[in-house]
Amino acid sequence: MALNEAATLSRRTFVKGSLAGLALAGAAGGALYGCSPKSEDGGAKDGGATGATDQIAWSQCNVNCGGNCIFQWHSRDGKIVYMESDNTGDIDLQARACLRGRSMRRWINHPDRLMKPMKRVGKRGEGKFEEISWDEAIDTIASELKRVIDTYGNEAVYVNYATGMYSCTGKQPGLRLLSLLGGYVNQGYDYSTHMLQAIMPYMFGSAANLDDDGNHATLGKPATAFSPYDNVNASSFSEAERASDLVVMFGNSPAETRMGGANAVWDFAKVREAVQGRGGRIVNIDYRLNESASGHPDEWLPIRPGTDAALCSAIAHEWIASGQVNKEFLDKYCVGYDDDTMPESAKGQNKSYKDYIMGTGYDMVEKTPEWAAPITQIPADRIRELAAEIAGAKAPFICQGWGPQRHTNGEDTTRAISMLPILIGQIGLPGTNTGQREAEPSVYLVGSLPAKNPIETTIPVYQWVNAVDHGHEMTATNAGILGADKLSSDIKFIWNYAGNCLTNQHGDINYTHDILADESKCEFILVWDTVMTDSAKYADILLPDAMRSEQLNMQTQGYSEYYTAVVVGGPAQEPPGECRTSYDVCADIADKFGVKDSFTEGKTQEEWIQELYEAGAKADGDMPTWDEIKKQGVYKRTLAPAIGLEAFRTDPVENPLATPSGKIEIYSETLADIAATWELAEDEAINPIPVFTPGFQGYGSVSDEYPLYCTGFHHKSRTHSSFGFIEELEAVARQQLWMNPADAESRGIADGDKVAVKSPAGEIRIEAKVTPRIVPGTVAIPQGAWHKANMSGDRVDEGACVNTLTTYKPTPLAKGNGPAHSMIAEVTKA
Amino acid sequence: MTQYGFYFDNARCTGCRTCEMACKDYKDLPVNIAFRRVYDYEGGSWADAGDGTYTSDTFAYHVSLACNHCAMPACMAKCPSGAIEKDGKTGLVHIDQEKCTGAGVCVTTCPYNVPILDSETKKGVKCDGCADRVAAGQDPVCVESCPVRALEWGDIEELRAAHAGTKAGIAPMPSPDETTPSIAINPCPAAKDPGDTTGAIANEKEVTNVPA
Repeated sequence: MALNEAATLSRRTFVKGSLAGLALAGAAGGALYGCSPKSEDGGAKDGGATGATDQIAWSQCNVNCGGNCIFQWHSRDGKIVYMESDNTGDIDLQARACLRGRSMRRWINHPDRLMKPMKRVGKRGEGKFEEISWDEAIDTIASELKRVIDTYGNEAVYVNYATGMYSCTGKQPGLRLLSLLGGYVNQGYDYSTHMLQAIMPYMFGSAANLDDDGNHATLGKPATAFSPYDNVNASSFSEAERASDLVVMFGNSPAETRMGGANAVWDFAKVREAVQGRGGRIVNIDYRLNESASGHPDEWLPIRPGTDAALCSAIAHEWIASGQVNKEFLDKYCVGYDDDTMPESAKGQNKSYKDYIMGTGYDMVEKTPEWAAPITQIPADRIRELAAEIAGAKAPFICQGWGPQRHTNGEDTTRAISMLPILIGQIGLPGTNTGQREAEPSVYLVGSLPAKNPIETTIPVYQWVNAVDHGHEMTATNAGILGADKLSSDIKFIWNYAGNCLTNQHGDINYTHDILADESKCEFILVWDTVMTDSAKYADILLPDAMRSEQLNMQTQGYSEYYTAVVVGGPAQEPPGECRTSYDVCADIADKFGVKDSFTEGKTQEEWIQELYEAGAKADGDMPTWDEIKKQGVYKRTLAPAIGLEAFRTDPVENPLATPSGKIEIYSETLADIAATWELAEDEAINPIPVFTPGFQGYGSVSDEYPLYCTGFHHKSRTHSSFGFIEELEAVARQQLWMNPADAESRGIADGDKVAVKSPAGEIRIEAKVTPRIVPGTVAIPQGAWHKANMSGDRVDEGACVNTLTTYKPTPLAKGNGPAHSMIAEVTKA
Repeated sequence: MTQYGFYFDNARCTGCRTCEMACKDYKDLPVNIAFRRVYDYEGGSWADAGDGTYTSDTFAYHVSLACNHCAMPACMAKCPSGAIEKDGKTGLVHIDQEKCTGAGVCVTTCPYNVPILDSETKKGVKCDGCADRVAAGQDPVCVESCPVRALEWGDIEELRAAHAGTKAGIAPMPSPDETTPSIAINPCPAAKDPGDTTGAIANEKEVTNVPA
């Protein structure tokens, strides 16, 4: 049958109506499908470019992909009707919104927008509310806040992690207000980079080893501390574009994590074309044939998730065995590769990295490719080929996304990947990278509403649920508390502005629900949002927020694209119902405490934005005036490529790292001390060198009951959980479980079937996508889908939120959210 | 006559659907109508070495398709009411909503499955190449939206001249011989020829507007 005929036949099947045609999925093969719309309810038309528009307003995307893409709203009669994105200037430098940004109108004008303040009337988490006046809402918030501070102290107040409304004035008014009232307990690290933020400073430098002038505390020279968010520790993608001949990516898919148009996905497209143009290659190591490698399957090296450190160890073994490591570099710039550079406390004890790899120390197992093969599912020969390819490259650009570290063994994995460029001395040189994720912009043109929290006590962000449950028992050595020896109070007041990390985006929803539902633990929860998220259901008071496009907004570029910009504009339309800006609401709360003048300093939000802009413009020197930016909306410019750790490579004596030794600490004496002094459970270990450890619910933990590995990934229909209620997005990027045909066939599961996924923590229902694009033995779930379960009933999550399946067990050192990607599960036909 | 058309860089496309959603916003289309669709085309298998390791020849790529404004539009040839016209200056094919009787012949005739019967108006609807924007000297909104600049717009002959080695069809598209589509595709390394039987459309529900 010609494809044409197949297309026609299958199409007719569809036109006949009904879903019966879907049964043809396999047989219909390559046919293109068309059909009549199935639903009579086509959705109300309220926009589009069919009529004249009377206003253009600039704004920016507010969610946390790191993009901050640029919006150009077209309005008619005071209502947004359609969007153009950034179509200004050089086509190479346009912050073009992705499919989600392009659907922002569906969010802003959605019938489910919260319109009025509400108070809880049912049980906490039940989602039953009653509308109240702003006066009552502000009175209640102020009196509860005062009561909690008076009773338990300011360390009982916690501002939950939340990134749904990026802006210079989104979350900041709350932080400013609480700071004026004596402060709140801080959060350390974040859900994106929890494990690597905690561990990498031991290898590449910690601010704890700097003096007040930024000099190394003992070496007296200006030194650099590790940050995942700068262009000092890592190289920019533009440097790979400029000078690399081999780009090796571990768990790094900018086409899924950073989708906007002046965003890393565009940077990466240029990298591929430049590297291939000079005869080079991309290697994309991932458990899925991800969208960054789609179209280019030869770039894909499939690996079992959570086993990157085993692959890296085997590559190290090949380099050591064949004499390809750069011993001169390792001796001069590093500590602990072999016994020659081990610190005195560990010398002569077979504790070096080389001892681990060659089987002369630690577990006494030689990390050969044959050892790594069944762990990683990669044939030993393929591992040898990759080792040779990297060693043979002139300028290898080795990088990792933030997925590999978001495992229960993430603290080891993230360092193990960085060992590759270290071992061959390919760091700080043109076209190379440090094994970390690509550099972020070095320039942010404007600041945000100022706030300074007087409290230093900090909890690792993933620990907040434990701090609600038993904060008074948590110390530096049993819970990773920072800035203090212990917590002085349990968390009694949660302030949650524009975030879904109370449940949906935190982890182990069933467990977290039980902690939050107990009103004797956390006594008051304030939630601020635009729609009824799963987290919003736990509010005692729920406030309706104005979208960023419904007020004057100012924002810089995001953190993942390599350029700098500022956008000023709006409102594109007035906020609906009784929605208000967070600034105005916080000013009203401040008034109840008698600190309104300190809060506002006599300024409106608009006046603050102008002041912040003008301060930025003065410092920068090249930015337009306030009047000019108000007219043009956008100011942007390119940034020069950056090479990570270039100064250190050039002169390590004058430019040390902020590690105790000033060098890259492959073996960290500090970590060895921590391992010896912290209270750890029997199944937990903190390792002074980067090793492969399976981790909780990691490699080897599958069982008869849970025979599959399970993990999560970023999906195009959402930014985390933002946009998770937009039907138009869900329809073109469905929430589906990825499953290899071998695993599906043995369970009688066909593509498109509804399946049940059960883990030790919970159970979800989801549609199966049976695809060879995922390794055998592992299933994957797009993270961020909205939890939907009867929490007083069977708790089966019909919304397919991956965090129904994650088990709440903070990682050994970071006390972080490693379980986000480390799960075991069984899948059955539902 | 200038024949306008799309250049599509299949090697850059990541299947993100931004083009589709930009169009839906601009044209204010409901959830069940899309004038541009993104097809996920996949195939391949896994070999179990028996020692815990595997190898695979899996491939996947994306094809973003709006109306191809064909040189010989099948929809126009078969329309019983003569509602489908090809603009003499631009070559853009559009459905005259006044003349359309909703017979649906275009829906079943177009080998690219582009026209859709609007359930509300009972008329055939499809991509018009953003004719108004083009007349005003702008690109169609999808072209301007692509994050990886995989879409271009212009005189199709000029686009073919500017990009060496383009094709007018890759799987799952049918052979271009039938209607001479005004599209120039830079095929990705994984791209298969029309008629390929080694792969299949992997997102059928998404391109047929099955409610999520």
